[in-house]
Amino acid sequence: MTELQLNGESIAVEAIETTPLAYVLRNECGIKSVKLGCEAEQCGACTVLADDRPVPSCTLALSDASERRLTTLEGLARGDVLSAVQNALLTSNASQCGYCLSGIAVAAYALFQTNAHPTHNNIVNALDGHLCRCGAHPRVIRALEQLAK
Amino acid sequence: MSNLPGSLIRTPDLDRWIAIENDGSITVSTGKVELGQGILTAIQLIAAEELDVDPDQVHVRSAETGITPNEMVTAGSMSVETSGAAVRQACAWARRLMLSEVSDDPAQLEVSNGVVTGPGLNAPTSYTEIQAGTPFKFQIVDPTQEKDPSKYKVLGRDNHARIDLEDKIRGVGVFVHDLEFPNMLHARIVRPPSYHHRLETVDLTQIEAPDLGFVDGSFIAVMSTDEYRATRLAESVGNMAIWTQTREIPADKPLPDYLVAHEASAFPILDNVPQDVPPRSLTTAINAVYSRPYLMHGSLGPSAAAAQLADGILTVWSPSQGIELIRHTLAQLLAMDAKTIRVIYVQGAGCYGHNGADDATVDAALCARAAPGRPVLLKWSRADEHQWEPYGPAMRVGMGANLSGSGNVDLWTHDVWSFSHVGRPAPGRSGMDVVAAWHIDDGFQPNEPTPRLGSESGIHRNALPIYEFPDQQIVKRFVTDSPLRTSALRSLGAQCNVFAIESFMDELALAVDTDPLTFRMRHLRDTRAIAVLERVVELAGGVSDSRGLGLAQYKNRQCYAAVVAEVVVDTTTAEVRVSHLWIAADAGRVVDRDGLINQLEGGAIQALSWCLKEAVAFNRDGVTSRDWETYPILRFNEIPIVETDIIDHPELESLGAGEATQGPTSGALANAIHSATGVRVRHLPFTPERLREAAAD
Repeated sequence: MTELQLNGESIAVEAIETTPLAYVLRNECGIKSVKLGCEAEQCGACTVLADDRPVPSCTLALSDASERRLTTLEGLARGDVLSAVQNALLTSNASQCGYCLSGIAVAAYALFQTNAHPTHNNIVNALDGHLCRCGAHPRVIRALEQLAK
Repeated sequence: MSNLPGSLIRTPDLDRWIAIENDGSITVSTGKVELGQGILTAIQLIAAEELDVDPDQVHVRSAETGITPNEMVTAGSMSVETSGAAVRQACAWARRLMLSEVSDDPAQLEVSNGVVTGPGLNAPTSYTEIQAGTPFKFQIVDPTQEKDPSKYKVLGRDNHARIDLEDKIRGVGVFVHDLEFPNMLHARIVRPPSYHHRLETVDLTQIEAPDLGFVDGSFIAVMSTDEYRATRLAESVGNMAIWTQTREIPADKPLPDYLVAHEASAFPILDNVPQDVPPRSLTTAINAVYSRPYLMHGSLGPSAAAAQLADGILTVWSPSQGIELIRHTLAQLLAMDAKTIRVIYVQGAGCYGHNGADDATVDAALCARAAPGRPVLLKWSRADEHQWEPYGPAMRVGMGANLSGSGNVDLWTHDVWSFSHVGRPAPGRSGMDVVAAWHIDDGFQPNEPTPRLGSESGIHRNALPIYEFPDQQIVKRFVTDSPLRTSALRSLGAQCNVFAIESFMDELALAVDTDPLTFRMRHLRDTRAIAVLERVVELAGGVSDSRGLGLAQYKNRQCYAAVVAEVVVDTTTAEVRVSHLWIAADAGRVVDRDGLINQLEGGAIQALSWCLKEAVAFNRDGVTSRDWETYPILRFNEIPIVETDIIDHPELESLGAGEATQGPTSGALANAIHSATGVRVRHLPFTPERLREAAAD
């Protein structure tokens, strides 16, 4: 049994300690927003917040995650009310297939937590570890720039 | 032959298309699938418009064999044109039939939000009151009058929400990767090192119950209820497997040379040169050769599928673009009756054409057969996807022209070499184009590629110029023996053909000292092409230094798109950064304006990535592009500002737009690089090394 601090709750999971956090979240915790993309910290699709900082969960071992406060996309909304970042992305249709979307939303959320008015450069630098193959980048950037105003 | 959309001729039963539910909602069915392109939203809007109901009232049901209409493959930017037309006509019939129930003169009735009012009615009624829960029991054999586009309230507006997006931003598990069933096994495949490796031995004794593993020929699968354990098993089994290489991948020759050397057949696509000029001895004063390497679809989520074989029925949850194709492929491969196979579409990551989705579906079915009764969720690894997906083929385009004394083109030649762009499973043929079929015992060989000569087929798609030239000779040169597996990548041959045409137009303009816009205008008659060109130049405020133009009409009959690109080239590092893109497009009648812009811009960004960064790397022993470091794509800090404008024609037919910007963007980028540096880049990708080579030429 390993204790996880996940989206404001303490939960116990049964998994081998070397299991990457992404697998634990998806298969033991029902957290499907975390996507497997590359399993090598190259694409950002599995991004979660660990102590409020975005990290790839595909290589983070369960044992190293247990000490940290974890937040996933599911933890950003308050009940039915989406966070401002989620809402900005949604109302701008800032996505195509959406596979990269939750990682991007989590990273953008972290950015806005530290800086309510990020510049264009702040935004693209914060998202630079996130790949999007559909080419939805311009509308993600526009949505977040609008929110930053 | 009736004037009906083809999908309605194949499925005339109105109840297969639309149902008024007991709760008043309306279910509309399509055989097309959501790939991230927004088709379900477009279908919803078309139905809502034709029925005069709120879009939120319309639920769209998509792609399940035996349930939804069979609309073949979701490809070729055809879904709005074909499924959209069918849904519109089905809804027009449903409306007419419902209104005829309450009035002898239904044309006099008004519908607003599904509420019916007008002369002859004692009180307002509604679709719900008329039809809820009742099938139409009607066969469509003739077209009925559709709504007058001048009365449109929904289509063309710019503020429609994508119907699939809210679940995704909330983290709901809507992807095939997210499926969960009781007692489910997670499966992984252990692939050979290359196409030409055969399994000698593998030790599966390390796999102990309840985990499972099996070998069939050179096909190795491992399964576990614990997904991570399945990945560990795949790795350790892979490390123990011993393979024999049966041959090498031809990798020594530069691809443009390889293409010429392996030309198998040539077909004139257009030859209007006077007969007294021997076609093979045409000499042109200005010539240039362009090329692209193999390109990856590069789906962000590796391909995945689920399957279960229970009670003689194989149920498959698949992200395939063609659920009927994959159903019949499975029937052939597994020697099952297709009636016992049910394929349910579940979204995968964006595919941009024929990626590994069909292969993963077959892999999942083979695993399900080996674990009868158990649901199996199979996923490819990143390396599986990079190494085994069917790539967009390498291409070589040779252009030539003679210019008249007045500086106009009077002879234009275009020769395009490429491998087959169509490698989709084609059930019923002697071979089979899915990976697992090549590996299992008693499997299939790949089909022998055959050239297709339809007016817009892969290699010569958009080889016909949009410009008017007096004499033209356009030749498709079909090449066999592709070193790598190939199939349809978004826009097929159009990207490289348009890249070559638009680059060459700038080269010709330079040769006669004319600015590229004027030179294009001199050769254009198509008023819609002229309009998008004028619009994009206006939007960009001109095509001056460091900017380039590109123009095409996709397939010479779908969406018109014109692009201006602006670049900054670092003179020290030779790195190209695109600072700005402007896009103008005419897709006829606009359905979902924001969705259209999303597709145009997404295609343009993807094309920039292809042009600036991408080439599938391989050597004699296999594909060496195994991940995002060995196959880099465009990143957030390399994205230009993009501005897009649409010319809406509600009075005209909608034109497919999902692949319209790949070619024009590629041409605009090359022309902008020339404008900024004086260097003409003719071979993708435009890396610093390529720029230096081109500058040295």
